[in-house]
Amino acid sequence: MSVVIKVDQVSKIYQLGQIGTGTLASDLASAWAGITGKDDPNKKIDDESDKSTHVALRDVSFDVNRGEVLGIIGKNGAGKSTMLKILSRITSPTSGSIKIKGRIASLLEVGTGFHPELSGRDNVFLNGAILGMTKAEVNRKFDEIVDFSGVEKFIDTPVKRYSSGMYVRLAFAVAAHLEPEILIVDEVLSVGDAEFQKKCLGKIKDVSTGDGRTVLFVSHNMEAVKNLCNRVVLLEKGGVIDIGSPATTVNAYFKRNTNYFGHVKYSATNAPGNETIILLSADLKINGGDILEIDKGVAINFEFELRQSFDEFNYSLNMFAITGEHIFNSQSASFKAEKGILKASCIIPPNLMNNGDYSISILAVNKGSMPLFNFENVLQFEIFDNRKDGKWFGEIGGAVRPKLDWIL
Amino acid sequence: MSASDKDENWSQIIRPTGGFSAFNIVELWRYRDLIILFVKRDFVSVYKQTVLGPLWHIIQPLFTTAVYVMFGAFVKIEYGGIPPVLFCLSGVVIWNYFSSCLVKTSSTFVGNANIFGKVYFPRLCIPISIVISNLMSFFIQLSLLIPVLVYCKFVKHAGIEPNVYLLAFPVLMVLLAMLGLGFGLIVSSLTVRYRDLVYFINFGIQLAIYTTPVIYPLSMLKGKAVLITSINPVTPFIEIFRYSLLGQGTFSLPAVLYGVIFSVVILIIGMIVFSRFERDFMDTV
Ligand SMILES: Nc1ncnc2c1ncn2[C@@H]1O[C@H](COP(=O)(O)OP(=O)(O)OP(=O)(O)O)[C@@H](O)[C@H]1O
Ligand SMILES: [Mg+2]
Repeated sequence: MSVVIKVDQVSKIYQLGQIGTGTLASDLASAWAGITGKDDPNKKIDDESDKSTHVALRDVSFDVNRGEVLGIIGKNGAGKSTMLKILSRITSPTSGSIKIKGRIASLLEVGTGFHPELSGRDNVFLNGAILGMTKAEVNRKFDEIVDFSGVEKFIDTPVKRYSSGMYVRLAFAVAAHLEPEILIVDEVLSVGDAEFQKKCLGKIKDVSTGDGRTVLFVSHNMEAVKNLCNRVVLLEKGGVIDIGSPATTVNAYFKRNTNYFGHVKYSATNAPGNETIILLSADLKINGGDILEIDKGVAINFEFELRQSFDEFNYSLNMFAITGEHIFNSQSASFKAEKGILKASCIIPPNLMNNGDYSISILAVNKGSMPLFNFENVLQFEIFDNRKDGKWFGEIGGAVRPKLDWIL
Repeated sequence: MSASDKDENWSQIIRPTGGFSAFNIVELWRYRDLIILFVKRDFVSVYKQTVLGPLWHIIQPLFTTAVYVMFGAFVKIEYGGIPPVLFCLSGVVIWNYFSSCLVKTSSTFVGNANIFGKVYFPRLCIPISIVISNLMSFFIQLSLLIPVLVYCKFVKHAGIEPNVYLLAFPVLMVLLAMLGLGFGLIVSSLTVRYRDLVYFINFGIQLAIYTTPVIYPLSMLKGKAVLITSINPVTPFIEIFRYSLLGQGTFSLPAVLYGVIFSVVILIIGMIVFSRFERDFMDTV
């Protein structure tokens, strides 16, 4: 396997705020005030903030092999876009080095530098040159580009007369024929309609499987990452936390970034409840793993202390989406409950819930209709998606996503 | 880092930038097609404008020349036998080229933030293409000068004598372009920090014309005024252009040498400053 990108100890430090005031007029005013001994009219109350810096990347190192699709994941602000900007030379690293074999292009560049007054033909050449193609190269591919775009009739018309659809098609045609050895894709999945997403994902798959070209793919869509990437880099606060197979790295990402409480334990003094019942503990037991995915069953275990006995006692469990939507209610059978420790488990089967964030409340009920105490928001957790067929990576709607039988 | 790193033929190595290296020139050369296409774009966009677009290139110098000539007549400037219109117009044409190079390259960063934020190419391509595009307007203005010259020489029989120094004209233009580009690069670098600088420059350049012999001959000046005017590096270019075209006026070799050295030095400084500030700018887009 040959390495096509070698990122070595790359750091990026951004200077926050401006040096001076940002306009000559006010800097001159400050200087004049300094000379004449007056108070600086532009002095900030909080001068410290001006000189602070922000470390967006910290000693990042990784290699990318030829023909591989490398995912880069991480929370907002982790430094993913910064990494790609450095790779495409829009900004430069503060320290470290990157060695590259082959031409890099990004989907950002579609239509960059198109000029409305120029004809389609001129724009193809200009745009091609901006993207780094030589004149000879554009000449060679020109017919193909025009064919692909489907605007041959208007190729000598100024693009300002194009419909926006024609404009985009021509721009996309140039980018598509750039044939970079390395393609960079940042978050395309979060913008554009489903059609466009499909096109982009298709392009990524083509590019990588077709002729051994390499793709760097930044996304928050873990399904797309798991299905498209061969390897994944996990960034956190500008540092590399993990590099590895999509499944393990995505799991590592989930584990680090979910702030749910999957288990709670109370002492007698802080336990929620009243003089009849208190909650001692609650936890989730995931069947087969420690990441709760939609195709995993989970048992919700409770431990209560009953302070008196009840002849006819039952539970009523409510599941809410974190956004407040009531997803379902499930009631236990009634039973005779003795004073003392009381355990209960509610089992949610696999392939019932949709992915998302949820919270659980449980109500203790006497005689089938008299609430004893409602334990609200006992647990919060996330159920992660886990799609194995890998054709569609967009959101799948619905409060639940049951796996039902189909007769076909 | 092992020795094997050297064996591999990396097509590109990204390191912290800043500072100017010979590599930049090599890279710039690889992007020459792009520069040509930018020039073509500028050309087409001027040409495609309404009639007023190209016409402006003629009206503006004519108008300024008329104002200067009237002013000259009013304060009784002695042009040393040169027809005033020819005297002023020849200066205006040169000065306009220099000032438009300076002013337009000044907004390189501010005007191209959108492209710069999306794709890499040597940023110098933009100011260089501007300097070349400006030749278009220069030649339009020059074509204005020629009929006036012919008229003065053959109809009015003014004692003007285009001479062998005209051969230096291409060199003169290159040096003038270097001068305008050098200043423009420095100003555009400063605009990264001072966004309002472009306005100051627009204003300042209109005042600076009075420190050149566009409107009056150097011979008219005395004392400090001479010094100020000779410090202005555009002065020798105007002098030599006028001399080569009209065979009248003065130019001194030390002054020309000063102009040449100044142009080369300012361009080098400009390129160094530009590549330094380029980096800061990229962090703001
Ligand atoms: N030009 C800039 N000047 C100062 N700070 C910046 C600049 N660009 C990015 N940052 C900071 O650097 C950090 C990393 O930003 P970056 O855009 O790389 O994050 P990201 O991983 O792409 O996030 P997201 O998932 O939201 O796209 C952030 O904290 C951001 O605020
Ligand atoms: Mg980002």
